[in-house]
Amino acid sequence: MIYLELFWTFLTIGALTFGGGYAMLPLIQEQVALRWGDLIPEEMLINFVAVSESTPGPFAINMATYVGSAVGGQSGSVWLSVFGSFCATMGVVLPSFVIILIVAKCYDKFKNSSIVKGCMTGLKPAVVGLIGNAVLGVLITVFFPAGLSLSVFASVSFYIYAGIFAVMLVLAFKKVHPIVIICLSAAIGIAVGYLGF
Amino acid sequence: MKGKRLWQLFLTFFKIGGFTFGGGYAMIPLIQRETVENHKWVTDDDILEIIAIAESTPGPIAINSATFVGYRTAGVLGAMCATLGVVLPSFVIILAISFVLRQFQEIKAVQYAFNGIRAGVLALLFKALWTMYKKAPKGWVSYVVMAGAFLLTAFVEINVIYVIIGCAVFGLVTSLLMKKKEAEK
Repeated sequence: MIYLELFWTFLTIGALTFGGGYAMLPLIQEQVALRWGDLIPEEMLINFVAVSESTPGPFAINMATYVGSAVGGQSGSVWLSVFGSFCATMGVVLPSFVIILIVAKCYDKFKNSSIVKGCMTGLKPAVVGLIGNAVLGVLITVFFPAGLSLSVFASVSFYIYAGIFAVMLVLAFKKVHPIVIICLSAAIGIAVGYLGF
Repeated sequence: MKGKRLWQLFLTFFKIGGFTFGGGYAMIPLIQRETVENHKWVTDDDILEIIAIAESTPGPIAINSATFVGYRTAGVLGAMCATLGVVLPSFVIILAISFVLRQFQEIKAVQYAFNGIRAGVLALLFKALWTMYKKAPKGWVSYVVMAGAFLLTAFVEINVIYVIIGCAVFGLVTSLLMKKKEAEK
């Protein structure tokens, strides 16, 4: 039952990611590769990170809705696709919703709890390490699409993508808006593609 | 009266969800303006509280804050309306896009565009990683956890969920031990 699996998978993702947004990427990456890797290859997932960045709304909701739609609607049915999105999004929202309701009732106890504080001293750096690994995965997909081998250094396209990456990295650190970065990368990608590299 | 307030909560968070790009922290200023300045449902202190809570509870910050403000304003029903409001715009927009993408992904220009975009996204992710690194606590516990989480997921085929739980336990144990040491001094 894929709809139950969608709901359950995103329920665990929602319950276990602290820090919001990108903190969810490592878990989504792992679970999607494990369960629906043939439907949503890593490349498509990265494409969708770009779409999430350039559309309004929380990253987590965008990703859940997208994965739900792709997995639920694999037969081509629009309604099953909507239902898949619904299951995944419900899953990712539910843990926060319930936990916040509980915390809102006993905030002072929660705030001063040394258990919560203690766990957070481990969770905050953990997110950095996990995202580091997620970024490494994206890097391999972008620069080594045919697997890790030295032959990529002989291809022109490798240097073009490395160039796009370097320029966009500088722009990102200059606080250029993500949407501008994505549009620029798209434009260069199209130009390079039609020039035949 | 109560019905009207619920509707307003839904509408306000619908607007917030529909107009903030990047989610999470990008939403906080808008939430503050709408719920504190315009509607006076909560106070500035509540907003600070929300950020503190959102950081130490799981899940998306947008959902955490919508649920919290909704609950403070109109109870459990209020929490439901606010959360539904903040989720709905994304849900509809992404569904539409995922249909369109499936139709267009065979087109050459779209494929070329995404080839470039993936390199751009990598840059954005590096930036996000750097920001998170700067925000993380410093000290040996922190560095051990960072390196451990990275190495375990990169080189050992271990489930990310176990890594997260392990890091939480490690943080808890070390901070309790340090407290005990300080108390003994």
